[in-house]
Amino acid sequence: MTINQSGWKPEMGDGNAPAGTTFTGNRGLMLEEALIFEIGDSHTTGVDLDAAPAIASRLSGLERNREIGLPGLSEPETVRHYTRLSRQNYAIDLGLFPLGSCTMKHNPRLNEKVARMAGFADLHPLQTIDTVQGALGVIHELAHWLTTLTGMPAVAMSPKAGAHGELCGLLAIRSALEARGDARSVILVPESAHGTNPATAAFCGYAVENIPATAEGRVDLAALKARLGPDVAAVMITNPNTCGLFERDMKAIADAVHDAGALVYCDGANFNAIVGRVRPGDLGVDAMHINLHKTFSTPHGGGGPGAGPVVFSEALAPYAPLPIVEKAEDGYHLVEEETAGEHHADSFGRMVAFHGQMGMFTRALAYILSHGADGLRQVSEDAVLNANYVLRSLEDVLDAPFGPSGPCMHEALFSDDGLADGFTTLDVAKGLIDEGYHPMTMYFPLVVHGAMLVEPTETESKAALDQFIGALRSVAERAKAGDEALKSAPHFAPRRRLDETAAARKPVLVWKAPEVAEAAE
Amino acid sequence: MRYLPLTNEDRSAMLARIGAASIDDLFVDVPESARLSGPVAGLPNHATELAVERHMGALAKRNLSAGEAPFFLGCGAYRHHVPASVDHLIQRGEFLTAYTPYQPEIAQGTLQMLFEFQTQVARLYGCDVANASMYDGSTACWEAIVMARRVTRRNKAVLSAGLHPHYVSVAQTMARFTGDVLETALPTLEATTDAARLLDAIDGETSCVVVQYPDILGRIGDLSEIAARAHEKGALLIAVVTEPVALGALRAPGEMGADIVVGEGQGIGVGLQFGGPYVGLFACKERFVRQMPGRLCGETVDAEGKRGFVLTLSTREQHIRREKATSNICTNSGLCALAFSIHMTLLGEKGLRDLAMLNHGLAVKAADRLAKVPGVALINDGFFNEFTLDLGREARPVVRSLADRGILAGVSLGRLYPGVAALERGLVVAVTETSTAEDVEALAAGLEEALA
Repeated sequence: MTINQSGWKPEMGDGNAPAGTTFTGNRGLMLEEALIFEIGDSHTTGVDLDAAPAIASRLSGLERNREIGLPGLSEPETVRHYTRLSRQNYAIDLGLFPLGSCTMKHNPRLNEKVARMAGFADLHPLQTIDTVQGALGVIHELAHWLTTLTGMPAVAMSPKAGAHGELCGLLAIRSALEARGDARSVILVPESAHGTNPATAAFCGYAVENIPATAEGRVDLAALKARLGPDVAAVMITNPNTCGLFERDMKAIADAVHDAGALVYCDGANFNAIVGRVRPGDLGVDAMHINLHKTFSTPHGGGGPGAGPVVFSEALAPYAPLPIVEKAEDGYHLVEEETAGEHHADSFGRMVAFHGQMGMFTRALAYILSHGADGLRQVSEDAVLNANYVLRSLEDVLDAPFGPSGPCMHEALFSDDGLADGFTTLDVAKGLIDEGYHPMTMYFPLVVHGAMLVEPTETESKAALDQFIGALRSVAERAKAGDEALKSAPHFAPRRRLDETAAARKPVLVWKAPEVAEAAE
Repeated sequence: MRYLPLTNEDRSAMLARIGAASIDDLFVDVPESARLSGPVAGLPNHATELAVERHMGALAKRNLSAGEAPFFLGCGAYRHHVPASVDHLIQRGEFLTAYTPYQPEIAQGTLQMLFEFQTQVARLYGCDVANASMYDGSTACWEAIVMARRVTRRNKAVLSAGLHPHYVSVAQTMARFTGDVLETALPTLEATTDAARLLDAIDGETSCVVVQYPDILGRIGDLSEIAARAHEKGALLIAVVTEPVALGALRAPGEMGADIVVGEGQGIGVGLQFGGPYVGLFACKERFVRQMPGRLCGETVDAEGKRGFVLTLSTREQHIRREKATSNICTNSGLCALAFSIHMTLLGEKGLRDLAMLNHGLAVKAADRLAKVPGVALINDGFFNEFTLDLGREARPVVRSLADRGILAGVSLGRLYPGVAALERGLVVAVTETSTAEDVEALAAGLEEALA
């Protein structure tokens, strides 16, 4: 029997939607989910294991003698718990994710597939070198792409993320300066820099000073030159910068820095805007990290893992950290502490256990090989085209502080100038959530008031951009008109605005049984 | 190109809207001399999905993967069976392709998971609080040393001889630049840990003492006495756990007085992957929470009073505090933390304890079997799933010759401590639920032949 063959016209009734809550707290497909501590217990398990052999334990008298407090769920409950949680997240797979500086582009599933090949995924980092030639081959091949695309002679592959790459670059700079007996104490960082830049400089013992920006949103070359001196170890510059602009004076900056005996660190977070069209090595850069999770599309995973290989100039190459993969006639070698003395005696040492983010290397290499040299050039062109399209489509409704001075690179920067009194960037962002988008980056860079940094990336179609532009235009118009409903947005997300002040005032960072939590009050 | 949706017609229409004659007009700020006129020379052009898969498949085949051989390597990376549902769930696009949860209203999935993860880690380690993950165990270990410096305002750390040599090496690299003083020592092929040395070394200038549990040779030492001595001298005890499954069988470091417990979480939920990405675990006593590095997820309520979660205490972090931040870490290891958390939820208390006792039982049987091979002696009295054998001769060539015969025998101490003659006879063997009785027999036979 077939049901409803002729089309069923439902009886809608004439009542309104019920006010208040449902029995479950769910609203249709918007499902609430309790914590594992509330739905699991210590007897339930979702795995079947062989029985342990009967032996006398040899745990040095340190056997567990107290309950750990780890709840278990059966497999179906586990799958459902995490599937339900997943549906409360926004993601690239759901829509345009215009988070400036973060480069949320499509993550091809081919990359996931190759990373899971047993020859890569099921390989121990301390296996004998003869048994891991293919893995070392991946590292070597990716290294070749990274050095060639950047026009830099060497690369350190082991840093685990962008900030870790910054650390790697600064340690190499400090090693090079110390080697010439010229320890210096200051790192100059533009006001518009990512927070990781000053934090990294401080993490390895440097004092940090800001360089001002020009009214155009670029490094103030004159101010920089005036500050350079024998105490300055390096300048950290993001190019394209966090205002979405190319630092036109990059070569002049690098020349001035080198003339003053210092080195140039480039934050490569925005390399995706110029990959295939510009080689940082041609601009005088000494060290630059490459976020494989940005430019080369390894997934962000809700906050990592990333990977941050660092390319080096001739001046810094000798100081690159261990391990290093080298190709010889008899295959690939892994240079670690044992053999570093032969060719890498100046290496500053090891930054991580093992060899870096292999699982990200396989994904990034698959992405790079898919695009090739021609496709990567198209990547930066389309990324820049999409950002300029957004910029020019919205600058009549949103203030674009650097719009008049020329094209942007891969991201478009707007400010809160012109919003109605009492309306902020936050309100625009939360309004976008109701339109079904993840908001743009808010309040960064710090050099623009109420900054909104929009990075569409190259993997958006024109239709997707047009819809996003329409949505942001609509929200911006409401913010300019003083639409009060915007102040309480989002209205349609799994949660309304969350009380972050309360969260920080009295932090609850782990779950406690209600009776335990109450007793602690 | 399959990942680029714009058509040439789209591009023309968009350029017209922008008011640019060509793409090159959008790159005017790049100095002419730095603009490349075509694709970067010396690199191949785009490739089909099939071609890329073939290329990567050929590289993968040039490795001997753990599943193809009797396999006994550990020393900071452990091969455990990961249930199929773990990998399925972490590949849901809403987890895989999400960003750090900066917009909590549309990131409750990631945030709730992190809150659950933090609680699981804190309980496993016997600590009050845990963060939302670090890069890996080795970097978490250095961050803990830095944190102890902030808490105690002292800069001399005493490192146990049993701490993983790569972790020591990472700390030494960083300490050279930060001015921290590290007291280190090499392990010896003996049954006991270097607890006595540590007790002697802790003094009024010590910021922290760092002890791996179980240690690099698989030995297990009680931390209580070290904690007491450290606290007496105003120092912190940092415990390092490289095999999380061990804590299903062993007392938690926090219960024995450790102030900070860090470690590698890879053994639960995350595969070997040739060394990364892994997931650093970081937990401590509640009173140190504002000195912690990394992201923290906290509970709160939304405007309607519903429970929700947010990233919190971010005034410790680089994006707010810049050069005054507790760490420079930004991206951490979110997806690996998810894998850890899902696997831990599947295991639960019962599964984790059963898995731990299965590992221990198999390891005890394997140790006894291998100790019967002529010329082989077991170093450890106690161990969890990893122990050290004295092969009576240099172990490294033995491991190489067994690899040639398709047996991945373990980690030779010569690989980890090159040039240290006193350790060169050592072979560290890890036995997990993935090791079969046949595997152990193959290793025993291989050793017998190689040592004959």
